[in-house]
Amino acid sequence: MVAKVVTVSSGKGGVGKTTATANMAAALAAGGQKVVCIDGDIGLRNLDVVMGLENRIVYDIVDVVEGRCRLRQAMIRDKRLPELYLIPAAQTRDKNAVSPSDMVRLCDDLRTDSDWILIDSPAGIERGFRNAIAPADIVVVITNPEVSAVRDADRVIGLVEAEEKGPARLIINRIKPEMVRRGEMLTTEDVLELLAIDLLGIVPEDERVVVSTNRGTPIVLDGKSLAGQAFRNIARRLQGDSVPFLELDNQGGLLGRIKGLFRPGGD
Amino acid sequence: MSGFLDRLMGKDHRSANQAKERLKLVLVHDRTDLAPGKLEALKDELIAVISRYVEIEPDAVRVEMEQEGRQQRLIADIPLRAAAQRRRRG
Repeated sequence: MVAKVVTVSSGKGGVGKTTATANMAAALAAGGQKVVCIDGDIGLRNLDVVMGLENRIVYDIVDVVEGRCRLRQAMIRDKRLPELYLIPAAQTRDKNAVSPSDMVRLCDDLRTDSDWILIDSPAGIERGFRNAIAPADIVVVITNPEVSAVRDADRVIGLVEAEEKGPARLIINRIKPEMVRRGEMLTTEDVLELLAIDLLGIVPEDERVVVSTNRGTPIVLDGKSLAGQAFRNIARRLQGDSVPFLELDNQGGLLGRIKGLFRPGGD
Repeated sequence: MSGFLDRLMGKDHRSANQAKERLKLVLVHDRTDLAPGKLEALKDELIAVISRYVEIEPDAVRVEMEQEGRQQRLIADIPLRAAAQRRRRG
């Protein structure tokens, strides 16, 4: 096997990068793929708690880079999915402890023995971000339908293009269909028109995500969650399947339907 | 028809539309690193240069950024003053 390296980035913090990384990884692993996640956020690691693996960390990525352990020793195997691994970030070091060429070398070592390598990029566009995109085959940019997140996503998309890692693919996270219907939240179409890149997935706001993060279990294993369904769809699209997008903001609500009668093209 | 309905429902005032319109402008300037004030200065200089060669209508000149996918385009619309009009005025 030769793994594909997918880097998840956003520019702005708090849009759901880590949750998206953990869930795409879990969905791929649940489908029988061998997946290694790398937490690229040195100094502010979080992928370990979101995946529920925080108690099992012995070595981290800086230990690997600085030769204090072998790569294998820093790979923590997931509790539920035997083909899912995490290489945690160092918590007490600064982001300069790892260089872009370290990341390329590390991923090259992992490539032959896995199907997917998912890198959770830190917020911002500095060293940690450069590290995270250096080995990427595919860059996934995640945003929320709001002005600051879309603006920062655009900046990241531009940088990814400049690094010749483009075109990036977009996930719009935390869509609130009710607000979209009222015209108080940007629609998927609005965001796509503004950013002008390919859509990889749309994820609705879902309280169950908070619950699953509290427990350290991936939402993709929750069959009732719409967000879980959205992340499972994203994982399938990454593998090349063509899966229709969830219908979240299409012509819902009485007002939208009445208006729809007057404009055959729909909203 | 749908424009009328939009007005009736106050669509243009809803915050999603405002967000989209504001973002359109911000992204154009972010991508080109050209601040809105600089675009005005560019327009003034452009008018001065072109006026040296041909008579134009300075008040009708429009210089705008346009987005085509992820490509930005600078569009200048510069109406020339008609020769006939010029003769009449002169």
